Amino acid sequence: MTTPSQTVGPYLAIGLTWADGAFVAPAGTPGGFWIRGRLTDGNGDAVPDGLIETWQADPSGRFDHPDDPRGAAAPSIDGFRGFGRSATDADGEWGVYTFKPGRVPGVDGDLQAPHIDVSVFARGMLQRVVTRIYFADEPSNESDAVLASVPSAARATLLAQPSDDGYRFDIRLQGDGETAFFAL
Amino acid sequence: MTYRQDFDVHPPLDYEGYKSTALRHPKQPLIALPHAFTEITGPLLGEGRLGRLDHDLTRQHDAEPLGQRIIVHGRVLDSDGRPVPQTLLEIWQANASGRYQHVVDNWPAPLDPNFTGLGRTLTDSDGRYRFTTIKPGAYPWKNHYNAWRPAHIHFSLFGRAFTQRLVTQMYFPDDPLFPYDPIFNSVPDEKARQRMISRFDLESTQPDWALAFEFDIVLRGREATPFESEVDDE
Repeated sequence: MTTPSQTVGPYLAIGLTWADGAFVAPAGTPGGFWIRGRLTDGNGDAVPDGLIETWQADPSGRFDHPDDPRGAAAPSIDGFRGFGRSATDADGEWGVYTFKPGRVPGVDGDLQAPHIDVSVFARGMLQRVVTRIYFADEPSNESDAVLASVPSAARATLLAQPSDDGYRFDIRLQGDGETAFFAL
Repeated sequence: MTYRQDFDVHPPLDYEGYKSTALRHPKQPLIALPHAFTEITGPLLGEGRLGRLDHDLTRQHDAEPLGQRIIVHGRVLDSDGRPVPQTLLEIWQANASGRYQHVVDNWPAPLDPNFTGLGRTLTDSDGRYRFTTIKPGAYPWKNHYNAWRPAHIHFSLFGRAFTQRLVTQMYFPDDPLFPYDPIFNSVPDEKARQRMISRFDLESTQPDWALAFEFDIVLRGREATPFESEVDDE
């Protein structure tokens, strides 16, 4: 039996923030961009005590991890960590500096569209919730099996939209425009 | 390979007793996410994340913090009983008087200039970890009339896969506040709640120095159900 999940509470910033947390790839690496967004609750109010974590393949679609069935692969970008962690600020805003991941196989061996797995933690959440970032300007979204499994009305909530310095991906925990969340 | 789900163990996202869940839980049904490469892998964060005294919260400042010194130790296992080696554990907690070193925490209990409440360590090859810290105090919160949180330490773990990520809280044995705490009681199953309570460990106490509590943490186990077609057919 697994240990139960509990909320991060309001003081997660003591234990879960790192100076370099936002940097999936080292700051300033050429070709990188920001994904920024706002975390809001069922009233549309900012969640100022939240945390966003991201996990993704490198631009060549590989993970530096022994459990990847293709084997661990050194990242195609020096210092690429694949992992991002950003607390939300007083306005609910968060951001990670990253690269667009390559396509990785799905469970049927089909290639998935570029995606980033996302965990959302906050005071008031007894468990994390999980969503995925896709890229609105990515043609392979059309053939992605996970996107196709999301009800069509909610699919747009998973698409990061191009912005000034990268992409924008707002996360709404509840209500109008509620982000599609996944069960793992 | 997939990671086993444990539906009966975790608290619901919407729990009436814990008021802050009301506006912070999705109302639409969750969509099943198959465990493919992004889900069965995860960040393997190592030594680079650790400061020299991150495992000893009593030695991070000029003087010793006030309160009762404790050793918290245990193993990180998966639900198949396998140890999870070299995984990062992060902890954060209130000081001995139940106050957090945080701008938003302003209840009138003393802050301790010698206690930040932040710890990190890695499990060893056998999944073992160990912290030295101060026993945190209980503290009031605004959830309901006369609400107090039982003493607890927040734990964050990665395991080795995105699916194994866990944030939980470690509680102390025989706390009189358990029956009144909605966060503790949000876990529906009594046996599962017991898994969040550490065990007093006389054997690991250090004479004339520190009490000891043992806390084992269990992450999801692996199921060896291979992909329908392993890798792609190049």
